[in-house]
Amino acid sequence: MPAADLRSIAELGPRIATGEVSPVALVEGCLARIEARRELNAFITVLAMSAFAEARQAAIDIARGHHRGPLHGIPISIKDLIDVAGTPTTAASAVPALHPEVDAPIVRRLREAGAVLIGKTNLHEFAFGTTTEETAFGMVRNPFDASRSAGGSSSGAAVALVEGMCFGSIGTDTGGSIRIPSAACGIVGLKPAYAELPCEGIVPLSTTCDHVGPMTRTVTDARLMFEALAGERVATRSLPGTFTFGVPSGYLIDRLDREIRNGFTRVREALEARGHTVRDVVIEDAAITPDVYLHIVLPEAAQYHARLLEAHAAAYSPGVRLRLEMGRYLLAEDYVRAMQLRAMLTAQVDAALDACDALLLPALAIAAPPLGQTTVEIDGTPEPVRGVMLRLTQLFNLTGHPAIAIPSGRTSSGLPVGMQLVGRHGGTARLLSIAESVESQIAGGAGSVGGGTG
Amino acid sequence: MRVDDWLRNACEDADRRGLPELKPLLEALARSTANLRRADEQLRTAREPGSRE
Repeated sequence: MPAADLRSIAELGPRIATGEVSPVALVEGCLARIEARRELNAFITVLAMSAFAEARQAAIDIARGHHRGPLHGIPISIKDLIDVAGTPTTAASAVPALHPEVDAPIVRRLREAGAVLIGKTNLHEFAFGTTTEETAFGMVRNPFDASRSAGGSSSGAAVALVEGMCFGSIGTDTGGSIRIPSAACGIVGLKPAYAELPCEGIVPLSTTCDHVGPMTRTVTDARLMFEALAGERVATRSLPGTFTFGVPSGYLIDRLDREIRNGFTRVREALEARGHTVRDVVIEDAAITPDVYLHIVLPEAAQYHARLLEAHAAAYSPGVRLRLEMGRYLLAEDYVRAMQLRAMLTAQVDAALDACDALLLPALAIAAPPLGQTTVEIDGTPEPVRGVMLRLTQLFNLTGHPAIAIPSGRTSSGLPVGMQLVGRHGGTARLLSIAESVESQIAGGAGSVGGGTG
Repeated sequence: MRVDDWLRNACEDADRRGLPELKPLLEALARSTANLRRADEQLRTAREPGSRE
């Protein structure tokens, strides 16, 4: 079956349930597409043998009438800092890998839902970067232009989805690591609310900012995966037909690449044309976000890595090592200051959401940058790539609000562009319903990317 | 500890540990810490408008 015919979990699930589509055939197709585009470095470990065994078992169970739900028999990939029993957890580093004997809870839930684990995807080393240039397993390349980054840190997952190497993926997001590669590659990425899905069995970057969530080709698929992972059914019937969206003025919108800005204006106009209300909202101190973020993430990352840095410093990529070393110098009093400012930012985002159903903003201020490039020019001013890529996402890791990236079009050179919706605390299910409702009303549309670029 | 003193100590330690390439990052971090402390001071002023003097 051509990759282009294999788009969504929602389309495949019912066909698997009736026996029309074979999980074994899906695994065969995924493995063929992994092999066909190895140069993109999407995977670190391919679990071919166990995937075939799981797919065969799924087919047997379904034939016997034991269909477990929409993920049963669906090939799913796992970011390689999440424990899968019997498989090394490398975190894309040359630092000695973990060898877990039990699955992370998030993986256990996938197995309970009947998913087939197809492999473990590449990432920016220890999830500490946004470009995936620093990895011991080859830079992850953007499927739309192999000279460009696929974002990060969950870039292998995004590439695997674009190329039909899997049908869903599990990523992690500490400053935007689900939403940034989703925007750079044109897929859907959900960062649920903080602690909504379990992070045990996942190599931490920052324990108070880490989130785990699904990456998919459509919002409906993200909903199906979230429901399976959270054990929560997302009700859609009670929603109104139109919504009020809040666009944060100032810091979160004032430094965008021209094409991103124009694309976002088109999204805004498209939503207004469909009867939605789009109004400006204020998050007064959003500009302090990167400073607060640094003073929380750096020491929390250093706490986990201190022992590894003492034993294996030379095994880290130089840039990752230096960023981790920085965290060892921060003062406790500044960490506490950052935590107090974080509470202030959370209250400000809560207040902004009081006036609307969801915040609306781009997911990434630039299109995928060229690999090796450390600065980009925005409005004639050079900006560091790392800071620009984190700018629109990291606030919601500090505040813990659920956020989703959705494809919203392409640049003039054909690179994907993504928008972001942010929901209220406790409102991930509602956010998914809103996103599902508007997905077809913006330039990208459901499944606009995925199923192979070739 | 004042940010300037922190930065001097941190850079000396980075040199002692053979990590001079860390110093530009520490300098950037010091600027960020100064921003953080200014914001914290504003927050405290908003919460405790009275003076202790």
